[in-house]
Amino acid sequence: MIEFLQQLINGLAQGSIYALIAIGYTMVFGVLRFINFAHGDVYMLGAFAGFYTAPKLMALSGGGPSYFGAGLVLVSAMLICAAIGVLIERLCYRPLRQHPRLTVLITAIGVSLLLESGGQYLFGADPEAFPEIIADSAIELPASWGILSSLTITVGQVIVVGSTLALLFILRTVVLHTKTGMAMRALSLNPIAASLAGVNIDAIISFTFAIGSAMAGAAGVLTSIQQPSIDPLMGINAGLKAFVAAVLGGIGNIPGAALGGLLIGLLEALVVGYVNPTYRDPLVFAVLILVLLFKPSGLLGKPEREKV
Amino acid sequence: MKSLNPKLLLVLALVLAAVANCFSPSLNPYYYDILITIGINIVLAVSLNLVIGYTGQFSLGHAGFMAVGAYFSAWVTLNFGFVLGATTPATVAVYVLALASGGLVAAAAGLLVGVPSLRLRGDYLAIVTLGFSEIIKGVIQNAEPLGAQRGLGGVVQHTDIFWTFSGVALAVYGILALVHSTYGSGFLAVRDDEIAAEAMGINTTKYKVLAFVIGAFFAGLAGGLYAHFKQFIHPEGFNFLKSVDIVVMVILGGMGSTAGVCLAAVILTILPELLRAVSDYPWLPEPVRNLADNRMILYSILLIVLMLNRPQGLFGKLNFGSGKS
Repeated sequence: MIEFLQQLINGLAQGSIYALIAIGYTMVFGVLRFINFAHGDVYMLGAFAGFYTAPKLMALSGGGPSYFGAGLVLVSAMLICAAIGVLIERLCYRPLRQHPRLTVLITAIGVSLLLESGGQYLFGADPEAFPEIIADSAIELPASWGILSSLTITVGQVIVVGSTLALLFILRTVVLHTKTGMAMRALSLNPIAASLAGVNIDAIISFTFAIGSAMAGAAGVLTSIQQPSIDPLMGINAGLKAFVAAVLGGIGNIPGAALGGLLIGLLEALVVGYVNPTYRDPLVFAVLILVLLFKPSGLLGKPEREKV
Repeated sequence: MKSLNPKLLLVLALVLAAVANCFSPSLNPYYYDILITIGINIVLAVSLNLVIGYTGQFSLGHAGFMAVGAYFSAWVTLNFGFVLGATTPATVAVYVLALASGGLVAAAAGLLVGVPSLRLRGDYLAIVTLGFSEIIKGVIQNAEPLGAQRGLGGVVQHTDIFWTFSGVALAVYGILALVHSTYGSGFLAVRDDEIAAEAMGINTTKYKVLAFVIGAFFAGLAGGLYAHFKQFIHPEGFNFLKSVDIVVMVILGGMGSTAGVCLAAVILTILPELLRAVSDYPWLPEPVRNLADNRMILYSILLIVLMLNRPQGLFGKLNFGSGKS
């Protein structure tokens, strides 16, 4: 029982990371109806943005690991990633908006490969050690919790889950309670009608890319707090898992992406804990195939009619 | 070209491959290696072109089918090589059987991928095929009889110029003949407009699955050729990046242009070797000299620039035969 709870806790932390990345996939799909293959690599760039800015920002906040410094690193990585996301959309996807979807898909794969191989060239192919921005130690649980006090919960896990919840809350407010958020929802409902109603399509799409990429950047830094080894190809696997999470929750649906991310994280933790770690990746893809076969609209998504 | 019988060309290609094979001992082993690799890559690219170029279904898992063919055929020759004895004709027979069965098992895997893919298109299909190839890799990594994570070694070397280019001739002829037949126009119809094709009474599902099965068969064949040439296969040799390599050949050559894709396969096999030669010139700037290691940067930029400016590929609609596509 205790072991099961422990796996759930580990899964929750990993699932939060997937949820943050999955939100970017789902938001871009909502407004542009295409899968941004390069999104996983933006997450990688977030980790490296943190890696390069951390020494300076940590010095600014007084040297050693501190929450203030970690917050600065997180925000700077989010800003850098938002800029990169907007740039990618502006240079590579916007000129192709009226082209066949296959063309856009191939371009997205090209961008993904460029970020990976460019990353290997600029950052070096070997893994780098992410600086310690928060002392990631285990929390002493009070003995009065009885048997539960033998669980291991680390500071990193709490920070990851907490920051994810905070970011999700901010995102919810932006999407549901601001004018830009309303324009975003209108755009994903019907682009032509939205533009007739005065929504600046280009600006909203840029904004969507900025938010989605910022979330991925945050995920990149948060994951590095727990697993301080980062490399330029780390985005491939995480990106694919997050994509599965987005499809599981119903692509285009933001709460669905968060739910899917958590479920995938939990599934992974259970497979690692009880089955065999080598089956982790194949099983996640099996989930994807099963979802697409039996409920292509995902857990929370609505089925979409095809129009001629 | 129009007056030449395609079947005659096929026979001619086979004879040419046999003749070329007689000269292979006098060939520099380095060039020999490149030549065989070119052949295998052409088979891979041409078969993927059936799926992407002619049927319009984007697949990112071609290396998975290649892995199935490579492992199954290697397993056959390793375990049944002795059945017919050790004489040359017997080993050749086992080799051919291994190649064919490797192709067939890969085709069965293609059926497995094709059936769920009926309900998907575009982006989803790309990720599902990628997922399937990851699953195949995962299964191999856990299969002890196939060497698991250590890779499978000790495969007998059988693949030579004759077998490789017979495979090339078979793949090119088979796929061109199929696509240019009345029956095969269905593939093009599915690519051009799936809904319209369906309205015309074409069974789009059947064509999509068929494209996957045939594409997977030839990928498996290429895998068998590869395993019996390199004599050692490893699951990581059939990863996502290998699939991307093949996709780049198809897109660079021009989707739906068999001749263009063959040309692209040749160029993209030779290019890394040429780039490697560049590193011998010390007076060149460092990034240029390291280009061989960073060829993926070059490929990805090529992909993006091509899609932005020339989506039909470098060689566009270039094709074998009469010029109609």
